[in-house]
Amino acid sequence: MDILATLYGWEISLTKSDTDNDARDRFVLSKGHACPALYATWAALGLISLQSIPTLRKLGSPLQGHPHVVDMPFAETSTGSLGQGFSAAIGMALGARHQGLGSRVYALLGDGELQEGQVWEAAMSASHHGLSNLCAIVDYNKLQSDDRNANIMALEPLAVRWRAFGWNAIEIDGHDFDAIKNALDAARNTDGLPTVIIAHTIKGKGVSYMEDSAPWHGSVKLSNDDISRALQDLSLDNATAQDWIDGIVN
Amino acid sequence: MASSTNALKVETAPQLIGSSGDSLREAFGKALSGLADQYKDVVVLDADIAGGTGVHHFRKSHPDRFFQFGIAEQNMMSVAGGMAATGLTPFVTTFAVFCLRAVEQARLSIAYSNRNVKIVASHPGLDVGPDGGSAQCLEDIAAFRAIPGMTVISPADPFEMQLATEAVIKHSGPVYMRTGRSPAERILPDTHQFEIGKATMLRDGRDVTIVACGVEVARACDAANTLEQDGISARVLNMATVKPIDRAALQTAALETGCFVTCEDHNIYGGLGSAVAEALAQSAPCPIEFIGVQDRFGESGEPDELADYYGLTGPYIAAAAKRAIARRNQQ
Repeated sequence: MDILATLYGWEISLTKSDTDNDARDRFVLSKGHACPALYATWAALGLISLQSIPTLRKLGSPLQGHPHVVDMPFAETSTGSLGQGFSAAIGMALGARHQGLGSRVYALLGDGELQEGQVWEAAMSASHHGLSNLCAIVDYNKLQSDDRNANIMALEPLAVRWRAFGWNAIEIDGHDFDAIKNALDAARNTDGLPTVIIAHTIKGKGVSYMEDSAPWHGSVKLSNDDISRALQDLSLDNATAQDWIDGIVN
Repeated sequence: MASSTNALKVETAPQLIGSSGDSLREAFGKALSGLADQYKDVVVLDADIAGGTGVHHFRKSHPDRFFQFGIAEQNMMSVAGGMAATGLTPFVTTFAVFCLRAVEQARLSIAYSNRNVKIVASHPGLDVGPDGGSAQCLEDIAAFRAIPGMTVISPADPFEMQLATEAVIKHSGPVYMRTGRSPAERILPDTHQFEIGKATMLRDGRDVTIVACGVEVARACDAANTLEQDGISARVLNMATVKPIDRAALQTAALETGCFVTCEDHNIYGGLGSAVAEALAQSAPCPIEFIGVQDRFGESGEPDELADYYGLTGPYIAAAAKRAIARRNQQ
């Protein structure tokens, strides 16, 4: 969430009309299962309506269970099968450079996603083609669907692996807004090779009962009590929270 | 190919013009290179087999629009989807069996994302020859046909390949097109026209309809010639577009001939034969015999030897036509 807020808040500037602009900067959520966070970000920016949020995963909704570009042009590509969004982002970066569009492309990958072989095919190709207009960000929360990465399939030494594949690798605290901004600046100012920002994060950061807890990986079912506790944990005052809830419900 | 060479000698064959000595993959590569100046959005993606797929012609003529991805087809397929998102028309080229390796990427990053990507696969079927069963892709038409929105094309000769290449560029949307490894006879006339979704009748007939695609079209013509000598009048339909299939041509043929043989260098499950059967079952059910690989894998050998060994040549097609006619007559 902090990464998405920083990307869309500072790095990428989009308005609704930009869907027709081939030269726009693009963001791909390669870890497509995290799309509720993406949809919330779009709603906060006015790219979609807040009222559409409750239709998430419902029949007929453009807010599909994984991002679908045909329904939502800002998804840039349909994702949901890990590894593919990253490759598609590489295609966008290559296509943009080939046509002199000047756009930058960002892709957010999960840590478990890095176990897909396609990710490393893609990583090899991005550095081979010298795609400095590409920035990958790894949401490194150390948890995947069933358990900790280390127990499922170890990823370390992660930065070493990316560097060995020809990438500029930057490790940061993924909840430090200044660190995210600085890393994005560094990526933008890197010539000749792509940059990966390995963002160390805590899953469910800021919500006490969700933090570092694998069961919330694939669940969005919240009771009213859960919501109240989450809002308290996030230090949202009641009036602000009520405004958001009203906005969503109405 | 012995069968099509025989066909060339028969004067009643459908305007046979002689051999160009070209394979379908070479014809594709030359056509794409020749069309590239006219269609400037076209780019080519290769996975270290440009020499085998025919796009070495494009690499030579338009090196700035040729992109190398190494031996990594899954990434290449999804990258093509991303390149199309920026307004380009990517041609993804590799062997058919390696397209099969990246079917899921073609599904999500291309078809589900509705990207204007053209997947062109060389080395389909037993036509691959000596490389053997691992390389002889007999499942690609079935797999790609099952993806919503995917157009599936298998041209019959080098001339049709040339026409189909331009049609595929002009077509908006994802396409899977088969080329071929072995030298292919030129069987279609200069007046031949290719339109996506339209079958062409290479020969009219009243007793049975032979529907074929790819290298099997020449063999179907061969069979029709043989049948004529036995007093049987066979219609030959070149069904170069397997999806969307030309339902009107099939329905007309059903009404006018009443039985069918389908011919493909592919497993009999899921390919052209299945597509024909699906279409006819909904409109004009009638007897169909299926020429193709009978749910087996291939093996090493020369293409002509394999075609005979697996029952894909003219004599097998002619025999199947007689079975179809007998079944129709029993009804």
